[in-house]
Amino acid sequence: MQARIEIVGSEIRMAGEWTISGVADLEGKLAGLPLSGATSVVAQDIEAMDTAGAWLFHRALQGHALGIAGLKPGHAALVEMVASLDLAERTELQSRGFLEKVGMMGWRLLSQLEGMLSFIGEVAIALVHAITNPGRLRWKPIWHNLQHTGFDALPIAGLLSFLMGIVIAYQGAEQLARYGANIFVVNLVGLSMLRELGPLLTAIIVAGRSGSAFTAQISTMKVTEEVDAMRTIGISPMDQLVLPKIIALLITLPLLTVYADIMGVLGGMIMASFDLGVSYTDFIDRFGSSIRLSAFLVGVGKAPVFAAIIAVVGCFQGFRVEGSADSVGRQTTKSVVQSIFLVIVADAIFSVIFSLVQL
Amino acid sequence: MSEAILEISDLCTSFGNAVIHDHISLEIMRGEVFAIAGSSGCGKSTLLREIMLLQKPVSGSIRVFGREVLGLGDMEALDFRKGCGMMFERGALFSSLNVLENVGLPLQEHTALSEELIEEIASIKIALAGLPASAKFKYPDELSGGMRKRAALARALALDPELLFLDEPTAGLDPLSANGFDELVLHLKRSLDLTMVIVTHDLDLLWHVADRVAFLGDGHVLGMGTMMELSESSHPLIREYFYGPRGRAAREQAWKQK
Repeated sequence: MQARIEIVGSEIRMAGEWTISGVADLEGKLAGLPLSGATSVVAQDIEAMDTAGAWLFHRALQGHALGIAGLKPGHAALVEMVASLDLAERTELQSRGFLEKVGMMGWRLLSQLEGMLSFIGEVAIALVHAITNPGRLRWKPIWHNLQHTGFDALPIAGLLSFLMGIVIAYQGAEQLARYGANIFVVNLVGLSMLRELGPLLTAIIVAGRSGSAFTAQISTMKVTEEVDAMRTIGISPMDQLVLPKIIALLITLPLLTVYADIMGVLGGMIMASFDLGVSYTDFIDRFGSSIRLSAFLVGVGKAPVFAAIIAVVGCFQGFRVEGSADSVGRQTTKSVVQSIFLVIVADAIFSVIFSLVQL
Repeated sequence: MSEAILEISDLCTSFGNAVIHDHISLEIMRGEVFAIAGSSGCGKSTLLREIMLLQKPVSGSIRVFGREVLGLGDMEALDFRKGCGMMFERGALFSSLNVLENVGLPLQEHTALSEELIEEIASIKIALAGLPASAKFKYPDELSGGMRKRAALARALALDPELLFLDEPTAGLDPLSANGFDELVLHLKRSLDLTMVIVTHDLDLLWHVADRVAFLGDGHVLGMGTMMELSESSHPLIREYFYGPRGRAAREQAWKQK
């Protein structure tokens, strides 16, 4: 039974169920009702009332001096209780102006930069400590991280590089065949895979796989106070959580890059023999003579830098979590976006440097 | 105080080989504050979760408002849940919403009321739960433990349920806040005509607030009745529970007040 309200002469008659499920359309009706002409309220037909109904009742009659008749004692008590509660006026959150927003954003960015710099400093100190007394290194988490960031990433890194090799060879094939320069597919695949795509692709995969995992792990541990517990036991989170990740990634990312290089060239080789008729032996011969060792070294040399970026950003964002589960998700997103961004920026800087020294 | 609002009969639950409930039967009357006590791990919280259809028992029947709830379809389960409120042990407030939004969420989902009215009704519940108005715009991680429990209670009250389940409402609170919570439960019972099922370890809460108490242990209901009756039980587990040093202090205090 829905709640009802009607005006008969000078009486306001209320009836039905004044409950949360019954008052749905009462709200609109109340707004248009001319209550000022009435002198009394007849409420004996109200069958049920809960706090929502009591509030509406109270709100409707607020400011009108009316005699109320027939309200059941239980309901009257409820109305009285609701009326007596102290509900502070709703405070509008004041919206910020454009300039203020820009300023806040700039300030946040600056403070994040400062935090990042001091974190890098802490990591560097801890790393020097660890290198000077290697006995203090925690090997168990290092092994654990080696497996998770390295070995477990082999299938996906291999598959993607293999496909990338195929794509490059396939895209190049048409252009090269037009000039009869089929054999140059070796240079195309070899150089682009070894110098650029191998390291970059692997770094992006690892940032998505392991960087996000680092952030999620550390931020969850921080939210559940595990990081604080570690400190009180006398274990430095830096030694237990951060260094093993950085060391492990410094080892695995170059290795993964080598693996990705091999798989990528393999993909290119297969596509070259299919599409351009370059036999495997020709491909390997040409590869040995036209691709210099420096191309490979340049590529693999970038990997440790990428590894440091991914691990440091991942851990840093993990420690910046604030309070809640929501924040864990936000930090993880930030970590992946930032580390991929920084990896690509670093790659661009490398390109400039290498072209200056003519490698 | 005559009609049973919740009947549990022959309920059995087990996880793997561990038997949690072995043919448990309970009856909870309209308008009473019913407490479920027992040592940790005896399946008190599991019982609540089963009533709220968050977990499935192996066999048995649970009747709420005279209707069998086990095996309800999704729509019927929703309908049933709207009539109940549940306060979780750790609050389970949504961390991305502030207190007002947390409390208003059930209203927003299940009623066609305007934003303004929802906000007002949510404010009523927040005030009812004993939170200051200044807490309304705070996020759960900015609240103290006691305030979080009160906010969780306010959310459980949002839809004006007839039946309210409280899981360990005073666990982790300081004695002062816990006393405040006892008062709050009594106040709500008086003013809103609620039936409450409370899972608790808190002896003060059991003595001062509960109308009847069921004591679970070894998968059975070892004793049921008022605290007076239970404290005279001869079962060794119950005696140990109520006559340990803590139990005695709470009991003496309750005697003095009577």
